[in-house]
Amino acid sequence: MKYSIFSLARNARSYHERWPLAWRSPAPKPRYDAIIVGGGGHGLATAYYLAKEHGIANVAVLEKGWLGGGNTGRNTTIVRSNYHLDPNAHFYELSLKLWEKLSQDLNFNVMYSARGVLNLVHSPADLDAAMRRGNAMRLNGIDAKFVTRDEIARSIPNLDCSADARFPIMGGLLQPRGGTVRHDAVAWGYARAADARGVDIIQQCAVTGIRIDNGAIAGVETTQGFIATNKLGLAVAGHSSHLAAMAGLKLPIESHVLQAMVSEPVKPVLDTVVTSGAVHFYISQSDKGELVMGGDLDFYNSYAQRGNLPIIEHVVSACLALFPSFGRLKLMRTWGGIMDMTMDGSPIIARLPVKGLYMTGGWCYGGFKATPASGFCLAHTIARDEPHPLNAAFTLERFASGRTIDEKGAGPYAWAH
Amino acid sequence: MLLIPCPWCGPRSQIEFTYGGDATVRRPALDAPEDEWARYVYVRDNPMGPHDEWWTHSSGCRQWFVVRRDTRTHEILGANRP
Repeated sequence: MKYSIFSLARNARSYHERWPLAWRSPAPKPRYDAIIVGGGGHGLATAYYLAKEHGIANVAVLEKGWLGGGNTGRNTTIVRSNYHLDPNAHFYELSLKLWEKLSQDLNFNVMYSARGVLNLVHSPADLDAAMRRGNAMRLNGIDAKFVTRDEIARSIPNLDCSADARFPIMGGLLQPRGGTVRHDAVAWGYARAADARGVDIIQQCAVTGIRIDNGAIAGVETTQGFIATNKLGLAVAGHSSHLAAMAGLKLPIESHVLQAMVSEPVKPVLDTVVTSGAVHFYISQSDKGELVMGGDLDFYNSYAQRGNLPIIEHVVSACLALFPSFGRLKLMRTWGGIMDMTMDGSPIIARLPVKGLYMTGGWCYGGFKATPASGFCLAHTIARDEPHPLNAAFTLERFASGRTIDEKGAGPYAWAH
Repeated sequence: MLLIPCPWCGPRSQIEFTYGGDATVRRPALDAPEDEWARYVYVRDNPMGPHDEWWTHSSGCRQWFVVRRDTRTHEILGANRP
């Protein structure tokens, strides 16, 4: 069923009790042309673009829990393409362009809100870096605008722009097309659209082993039995090392926990995504009214999906330094997600050294905004057995060959990105 | 909050410490082949379970030591002088 004002009116007359299920829950077939592991945004998007762009619809998405129950449902919903290095800039710009049209493409409202992403500048060094990155973005055809402290003070009145602020604000780099997207809707929208094109979405189906015959993928062992395929895509960021190990591979990745948190909901007070690299803090207000915020990793390897109090204190104190008036709000919820932290801070979307095995992962902090382009590029890589030009640089081999994509210049320390 | 047992100072709060990563990687010989060096610099076991890792008591005695910690639960299983 196409969602529209007419289907809404028709279903209103039956008290919304007869909406069809948005996707089927089929039993797995014995064999698929391609299997995607991971029913988050990335895996579902990969399956969708395999069916839509490449005509490969005999595809299964295997999810060990429920759709969007991993990092798709745990992020801070920010989308942007304000990167400095060319491979990142072009890749994330494709993603932002797909975000802009995604609700129409999927016939599902993902609530893309181009409210702008503002990176605050607190020091002359920050200013130089922001100008350099902004100019690089503009040379790459991406929107970037430098805004002065006075402009920021007018547009974000809650932000402490005074000269005696704890971290005085000198200005900021704004990407007007950046913003937020409703994260759960991304998983549901891609699931519904992929299902409509024939993709089987199989939940409660954990992969327990990868079968390889003569160096090529033969299928996967799962909690619902063996399923054969010759093309296997991993979209399990946070657990990429764990799945790759089933194929005998080791990755340049460490898993770390990143926390996020929300305040109690309040009336609209903040209509822009505000970030500060100097204190490592980012905040936006959800449509429900909660202030959604996050900061640094907990800085130790973890698969626990929960973090510790020092980082929460750090995030809250950064928030209050920038927005003193938020001090009266109560923190409502905190949670953690597991990040694939690569050794250069950039993702891996590539063929792996087993024939028929592909992955998208290594997303560090930034997987959510990449969802459409990650699925688009992995689908292309799986269908053609060669990368799309936009993910050609994100190989596994780039580390050994010295072609790392280190946006931050932090070196090979996974937790430093 | 992690309570990290510094082998010199005893149990202290995690905020006194700085993380140093996987303690199982070994620096190859200077004339080792390049792929061995690449593995040393970039590739990690990243285990789900007990993990041997470097910590330094940066706001205390400033010594480096190895902690064994479960990455699924954050439970600290031991700490040893190097």
